[in-house]
Amino acid sequence: MNSSLIFSIVTFVYGFSVIFYVSAWVFKKKLPARLATILLIAAATGNATAILLRWYESYQLGYGHAPLSNLYESLVFFSFVFSAIYLFIEFRYKVHTMGVIASPIPFLAMAYASLQADSQIEPLIPALQSNWLIAHVLTCFLGYAAFAVAFGISLLYFFKASNNDKDSGLRRLVPDTEVLDDLTHRMVTFGFLFLSVGIFTGSIWANQAWGNYWSWDPKETWSLITWLIYAAILHARFMRGWGGKRIAVLSVIGFMAVLFTYFGVNLLPGLHSYQ
Amino acid sequence: MNIDEKKDSLTTKAWKFFASVKLSVFVLLSLAVTSIMGTVVPQNGDPEMYRRIYGHAVFSFLNAIDAFDMYHCWWFRALILLLIVNIIICSIDRLSSTWRIIFPKRPVFHLSRFKKTKPKAAWHIDGLSVADVRDAFLPEIKKRYAYFRVEPIDSGMVIFSEKGRWTRLGVYAVHLSVVLMLIGALIGSWFGFEGMVNIPEGSSVSVLQLKDGTTKPLGFELKCDKFTLTRYDSGRPKDYRSSVSIIKSGKAVLQANIRVNDPLNYQGLRIFQASYGKLPPKRFTVYFEDNVSGLSFEKQGELGEPVALPADKGRFIVEKYLDQTPFHGHNLGPAFLCRLEKKGAEPEMVILPLSFSTFDKMRGGEYTISIKPGESRYYTGFQITHDPGVPVVYAGFILMIIGCYVTFFMARQKVCIELADNKGRVEVALYALAAKNRVIPKTVINRLARRLKARAGMK
Repeated sequence: MNSSLIFSIVTFVYGFSVIFYVSAWVFKKKLPARLATILLIAAATGNATAILLRWYESYQLGYGHAPLSNLYESLVFFSFVFSAIYLFIEFRYKVHTMGVIASPIPFLAMAYASLQADSQIEPLIPALQSNWLIAHVLTCFLGYAAFAVAFGISLLYFFKASNNDKDSGLRRLVPDTEVLDDLTHRMVTFGFLFLSVGIFTGSIWANQAWGNYWSWDPKETWSLITWLIYAAILHARFMRGWGGKRIAVLSVIGFMAVLFTYFGVNLLPGLHSYQ
Repeated sequence: MNIDEKKDSLTTKAWKFFASVKLSVFVLLSLAVTSIMGTVVPQNGDPEMYRRIYGHAVFSFLNAIDAFDMYHCWWFRALILLLIVNIIICSIDRLSSTWRIIFPKRPVFHLSRFKKTKPKAAWHIDGLSVADVRDAFLPEIKKRYAYFRVEPIDSGMVIFSEKGRWTRLGVYAVHLSVVLMLIGALIGSWFGFEGMVNIPEGSSVSVLQLKDGTTKPLGFELKCDKFTLTRYDSGRPKDYRSSVSIIKSGKAVLQANIRVNDPLNYQGLRIFQASYGKLPPKRFTVYFEDNVSGLSFEKQGELGEPVALPADKGRFIVEKYLDQTPFHGHNLGPAFLCRLEKKGAEPEMVILPLSFSTFDKMRGGEYTISIKPGESRYYTGFQITHDPGVPVVYAGFILMIIGCYVTFFMARQKVCIELADNKGRVEVALYALAAKNRVIPKTVINRLARRLKARAGMK
């Protein structure tokens, strides 16, 4: 029993949770919804356990480090944090329908990780051997996950608001647009705070390692662009009273920037490349 | 059209311009768009490379607008300066007009608004009058709340209190923190510098190569006493570090170890272990095999220094080391280029590739020569920086986090304690409201109720 095996099993469990969330929504039955939540909790717990196990395994190999250092580890960690945030919202708001849009995300992330990313435990190159690694990656990914949840909720918003009859067909089980809007705001606020801490810890670390708290490399620049977009969202809401559809659109744009910051910059050269 | 607009003085016009949100949006969008351009156009590169990629016309244009060192050019700095002024004036403008609203002399309380909500706590007290209960509660209220007052109502009295008006300043703290970060950045870009030095192990340097090509004297000699590189089994670098000495007037004043993520701070300069590299080997061992006598002998030498052939037959000079050696259309890889000077014969060029030890047989000379390089020599690469703006930037970081927390997660609280006289029994009802429809944490209210009950509880 090693962490790789657990991650593989967890991927499938995430997949099953998706099936049950969708069934519960389409067939409007309670039992599949409950099962979906149980499966998601199981998957997230397994995910966390495997992460801790992988941490332990790296020490067994002689070059121990927190499993936050490459694409595979970051995707796996993102899946866990995202699921945790979503489960918290589901518990608080007692609605299962949002699981339809939320549960595919950790499943897709884990599937992509196992297919495309290198899962070997590698030792850390000297530049990554620092305690700042944990603080920086942790806070950045908390931010990313919150923005991803906001993104999912915004998609649900479009779906709910797309028909004048807000209760037609599958829309009935989706929470009210006011609730979705409020949740989007909370997730954006939470994500903004953590992204800020993430950028700051990254800067301080860079200053320690390379003598520069900001070198305009593509990852840093795009994380700033992401931050500016979400700052714009907060200003639009507080200063201009924007809500509902306009905020949902901005939230989707913001998440596109998150995706580019996370994946896109690896296509551009720079210190942050996962290569 | 405001009649007064024509009379707006220049100062007023300027103030309105700098205080406008439209200006903020313009500057922020410009910074975002130009920053994206800076990630797409490689920065600080070789002009020849740019000419090749972009062609002459586009290159000339991009060069003219400083697109190749965008983040340090005048217009980028001007945008940042504009943003700083914009934020400061916006904040002063807004704060001065809303100060009276944020901190009114006499806060307004509406009993009806409180009573629309359910009381957060309620209890009754026997044996005391309403005035007695009020006197028992007030010390607690005075301690916990910034403002309070007592008002009479039909059924008795009501104590209004509030605190946390200061939390509305949180948003100004956030904006001030941005200003701090930007000022710190400007200080750094104006007064700071950054450069690289490569020091072969055992040597020293006293001059820094700056990013823009100029040099700057360090004010001391920086010597690399020792460089250590350890690798993982896979070959990837595990750890590399340098042992350095700082030498002034010929004397070592400081000795320290520098490793990645662990720089040396000295007199405002920060010295980072940034990189390392291999130097061409200086020492070697040459192996001569005499094709006539079958005897072989070896000699050690140094690059450029002639090695004497045995029996005084001449000398052998290893002149150069190449990483890539072209030879009749092939690449031999790393090799030494040498000159064989035999007495009474023309000097001969000898190529000794490191990967092909029997290469020299082809030459068909008196000796077949091969070579082995001596121990690898490394140079250590240090990044040396000076940035007086860093503490200001860090102060901005801390202020932003505090400001965001206060703005998003704290709010003004209003409490209303209704004391009603019900046939000799005092009925206490505690209501609480928070600004912006926040929810006051239950723990806070429960703690207040508990404390008030301790002062005058159920009897």
